[in-house]
Amino acid sequence: MSRERFQAEMQSVQKDFLKLCDQSIDRLEESFSALIKKDIDTAQDIVKRDAEINRFEEGINDRVILLLTRQQPVATDLRRMVVLLKAASDMERVGDYAVNIAKETIRIGNEPFITSVELLEDMCLKATQMLRQIVDAFVEENTTKAKEIAELDDQVDEMYGNMIKQLMQLSSLKPESVPQITNLAFICRYIERCADLATNIAEYLLYLKKGQRFDLNN
Amino acid sequence: MVQTMMKNENNIKINVQSSQNVGEEITATNEKNTVFGTNNFNLWYGEHHALKEINLDIKENDVTAIIGPSGCGKSTYIKALNRMVELVPIVKTNGEINYRGRNIFDANYQVEELRTHVGMVFQKPNPFPKSIYDNIAYGPRIHGIKNKKVLDEIVEKSLRGAAIWDEVKDRLNQNAYGLSGGQQQRICIARCLAIEPDVILMDEPTSALDPISTLKVEELVQELKGNYSIVIVTHNMQQAARISDKTAFFLNGEVVEFDNTDKIFSTPRDQRTEDYISGRFG
Repeated sequence: MSRERFQAEMQSVQKDFLKLCDQSIDRLEESFSALIKKDIDTAQDIVKRDAEINRFEEGINDRVILLLTRQQPVATDLRRMVVLLKAASDMERVGDYAVNIAKETIRIGNEPFITSVELLEDMCLKATQMLRQIVDAFVEENTTKAKEIAELDDQVDEMYGNMIKQLMQLSSLKPESVPQITNLAFICRYIERCADLATNIAEYLLYLKKGQRFDLNN
Repeated sequence: MVQTMMKNENNIKINVQSSQNVGEEITATNEKNTVFGTNNFNLWYGEHHALKEINLDIKENDVTAIIGPSGCGKSTYIKALNRMVELVPIVKTNGEINYRGRNIFDANYQVEELRTHVGMVFQKPNPFPKSIYDNIAYGPRIHGIKNKKVLDEIVEKSLRGAAIWDEVKDRLNQNAYGLSGGQQQRICIARCLAIEPDVILMDEPTSALDPISTLKVEELVQELKGNYSIVIVTHNMQQAARISDKTAFFLNGEVVEFDNTDKIFSTPRDQRTEDYISGRFG
């Protein structure tokens, strides 16, 4: 069994995973920016390019399955492969949320925002910061950074609660704006889910290093 | 028959031991009986210290896998369990290996008695140049069983136990050499079962077999563990992971780690174990 070849193959798959992470997080930022700028063209483009990230994730899955078949890793090596599959799936989901936000942006169209979206912007900033941080932690296999993610997630959850409260209050004050309020509530939910996915990946990293499961979402 | 009685005696002794443990921690109530207790055991081949301070308990009805790189002492250890190492004139030992509580290296422990309880299967199938029937009947005959009906029963039971009866029942009088390697190995296992041992030692039993025969022997090990305690030396990590309950990792004559197989192959405590099972050396 050639372990050098295994290590090289694994590093190559990890590089692909990092590319997937970059693409998904970039797509999320791009999609949110399109929302703020009311850039419908970019939003439509993001929806069109949805399949790219999906194909990338499928490619990673195929390579991991081939590595498992050929090299039959155990212990940390096996966990690294399993964690890679799960993390790739979560990062692909971040790409899906970017597409969902783009669809909401298209639905809102050129209508002015009925409320300040500053809190939403802060939320998105925090969520993308979490995603970037977990990618760094993943590269370094740094469990301390992974644990910090949980604290950031609590902040995002709090922002989410406040934003939803703000939108619910508005819905009774401006019933005619319920469609946009619903669009913004969905966007809010998508961003909060992206932060949760970063936390999931932090949990996978802890599992990879310690061989035990941790729940950072509670 | 004699062996059955002896096994029953052992069981009684074990029950007594179990009752003495009542009141200990709850975790101890599910603890299996120890078949082989190895305490601070050392072995030298001349000047070479081949086994160093080995402490290892082989439990009843467990499949215990011994893994480690070549020259780590795993085969020496398994051969110490039935005192086969004594065949090497320069061997010197100290410490204890207790079989059912009795030190097998005691001066008055008859090796023949030990080997009626502890059967062995080797790397290369080694049937006798005799008929299939005579291969299996050999041990019981040595133990004085001459009645043809009793021998027939033992042969059938042993061949069934080794999952080869259906393949050979119509040619019991043919020479065992005419069988395939996988079949020969199962004949050797059947020969081992014929004397109704308590423990079966297997030294790389599938390394000379094709994948299908390997699978059959592995399945057989799983079936046999209901009635026997099995110690298996293997170079095949996946095999150890597939079939054993406990795994001991040997390195340079020492036991680096001994634990549940699930633990060894998922989260070993020692980095050397992780490196070995992950193929980084060995």
